[in-house]
Amino acid sequence: MDLGLSEEQEMLRKSARDFLQKECPKRLVRQLDESDEGYSAELWHKMAGLGWMGLAFPEEYGGSGRNFLDLVILLEEMGYNIVPGPFFSTVVLGGLSVLAGGSEEQKSEFLPKIASGEIILSVALTEPTAGYDAASIKTKAIARNGKYVIKGTKLFVFDAHVADYILCVARTKQAKNPEEGITLFLVNAKSPGVKCTLLKTLARDKQCEVVFDDVTVSANSIVGRRDAGWPIVKNVLRRATVAKCAEMVGGAQAVLDMAVSYAKERVQFGRPIGSFQAIQHYCANMATDVSGSRFITYKAAWKVSENLPADLDVAIAKAWSSEAYGRVTLSAHQILGAIGFTMDHDMHLYYRRAKAAAIVFGDADFQCATVARELGL
Amino acid sequence: MDFKFTEDEEKFRREVRQWLEQEIPQRWIELDPGIWEETEESWALAREFQRKLGRKGWLAPSCPKEYGGLELSHMKRLILAEELAYSRAPLSIEVEVTVNWVTPSIVLFGTEEQKKNYVGSVAKGDIIFCLGYSEPNAGSDLASLQTRGVEVGEEYVINGQKTWCSYGHLADYCWLAARTDPDAPRHEGISIFIVDMKTPGITVRPLINVLNRHSFNEVFFDDVHIPKENLVGQKNKGWYQLVIALDFERSSIGYAAANQRTIEELIKYAKETTRNGEPLAKDPLVRNDLAQLVVENEVARMMAYRIAWMFSKGLHPSYESSMSMVFISEVMRRTANAGMRILGHYGELDRDSKWAVMNARIMRMCLSSLSIGVGGGSNEIQRNIIAIRGLGLPRK
Repeated sequence: MDLGLSEEQEMLRKSARDFLQKECPKRLVRQLDESDEGYSAELWHKMAGLGWMGLAFPEEYGGSGRNFLDLVILLEEMGYNIVPGPFFSTVVLGGLSVLAGGSEEQKSEFLPKIASGEIILSVALTEPTAGYDAASIKTKAIARNGKYVIKGTKLFVFDAHVADYILCVARTKQAKNPEEGITLFLVNAKSPGVKCTLLKTLARDKQCEVVFDDVTVSANSIVGRRDAGWPIVKNVLRRATVAKCAEMVGGAQAVLDMAVSYAKERVQFGRPIGSFQAIQHYCANMATDVSGSRFITYKAAWKVSENLPADLDVAIAKAWSSEAYGRVTLSAHQILGAIGFTMDHDMHLYYRRAKAAAIVFGDADFQCATVARELGL
Repeated sequence: MDFKFTEDEEKFRREVRQWLEQEIPQRWIELDPGIWEETEESWALAREFQRKLGRKGWLAPSCPKEYGGLELSHMKRLILAEELAYSRAPLSIEVEVTVNWVTPSIVLFGTEEQKKNYVGSVAKGDIIFCLGYSEPNAGSDLASLQTRGVEVGEEYVINGQKTWCSYGHLADYCWLAARTDPDAPRHEGISIFIVDMKTPGITVRPLINVLNRHSFNEVFFDDVHIPKENLVGQKNKGWYQLVIALDFERSSIGYAAANQRTIEELIKYAKETTRNGEPLAKDPLVRNDLAQLVVENEVARMMAYRIAWMFSKGLHPSYESSMSMVFISEVMRRTANAGMRILGHYGELDRDSKWAVMNARIMRMCLSSLSIGVGGGSNEIQRNIIAIRGLGLPRK
């Protein structure tokens, strides 16, 4: 058993932290949060230059051939520093879907372009029911003259407004089992009938409504097999859920660091507030939450990376990390007091993201329901 | 990163598990004494079992072989502790104190003779120590302890009162912290002694715990003469020895493993019990409660694994142990709470009722879990340690 990072992973972590501190200062984060695009092309290409986009892709597809755990370490750092942009959508949701389900041709075409930073992907899964289950997929794709016509509304779709391709999860067959009859289509975002509307959100992350209004796509755009797309979605959701936990761990660590350093500097009653037990105990609880989230996330990530059955561990990690990150940000706000309630301070950038991260891919209650099912209840 | 145990470790786990299945006495299983619930009968069974454990070498897994230990790897010690607790093996808190605190301290600070005398006997399961730390006015503020040890010729003479001495009425020796220099700053005048509990001048008075059992005691030392060679380590350096000992092997894995067993029993109960014609396991609130417990206990288990892993890497966890301790203590209280919610009125019944369920484990746990998070350093003190040692927050 080894709960630590390899030398290579330590190097990756350190280089990511150094790079992001320099290249993605909070000034840029704020600017991007406030913009419509939500990403910087310059930073995007620099990240691609470091090999981040292709980190977990095999070398034959332009990647570095590292594993999912390495990607998790990178995402933890991206969560620590906050990196606005479509990395998660493109690499974790889109890239891993193509890698998991794509044909040789699709992999050869798309993965190198993702790795080089040339294209941005978005995955259109959720709909107005906002659920992550197969039954929530109502968007239809109807076969017509050897092509498919997609019709439906996708909601809470991250980064679709800047995407070159949108991976649309659509229903191609009505079956008793809602997990049957689902097909994935990699749709050119410029296709006629695709309409993206940016939603204004708490985290100022870039979520969209994407309407597919009779969008015609070729049969070649199917990723995986027709009617058998759901297992790919499940596979990718499992990875994405752990990846989101890793971001949360990084974010929670940053919040803890911020709160602790403030508690050491801020003087009231003639002494640093960090010398008061009330504040110390907040910090101790935060540190315990961060540490708990980290190791439970690593365990789930390791299981996923090893292709072991991981549904229980992934649900445990997300159930715990969602709530833990929430508690950590709330305590930090309490420690920071009024300064934390200003737009000038960085704290709200994390608080907003903690809320969004808790919900995406299923909140703690949703994950607990999965845990209960996995326990055979 | 690798969360797998090696084949050799898995083999060891199977060996331990199989041995425990065979060796835990049936009578012990019938008595099912939970933490702080030992009786004279269960104590006798535990002592006998301890000798069996000793013969396997599992009572001194960490100690050097020359003193009867096994020098097991940290991971195997973790596995051993996990399996012992999960199987509810006949052990008391004092065995853990003796094995995890006292013997490693003797190995680290004791004389050659002390190592030979005491470590070997602990390893064989022949002797048990009780802790003589707390006093009526020295609890969380342990360094304010007042029990005096005065050097007179070839002896030390001990006077004072200790309290909360768990199993002091049954232990063979007391691991005593006493003040040997009242004029020195308070952390610099404390020494550690081994005191034979049969020494004249020692009076043990029972204190009855909330489970209505006699598990701890007040111990009075009235001109107790002990030989000089029973001083452990350096005179007046006892506080530092004691603080180092507090960091030994406190992964809290035993609590997490024991709690896992209880959660599994609650899950089984929910699956097998119907209420208003519906299985309890279909009740969304029950499902959520149980899932939440599983989530929290798994986090606790990983925290404990982390401690063992750190030791295995030659690192020295300190505040990490406090995190683990605080966390599992609160998970256990929440387990008792959730258990009560799930069992409802049935959770209130003691074991002598024919209506009792789960052998009244939840009602007993409601009481016993009050002690976890207090004993061995309260959660407030543990949080201070996390904040000051772990996060570097200022004392003043």
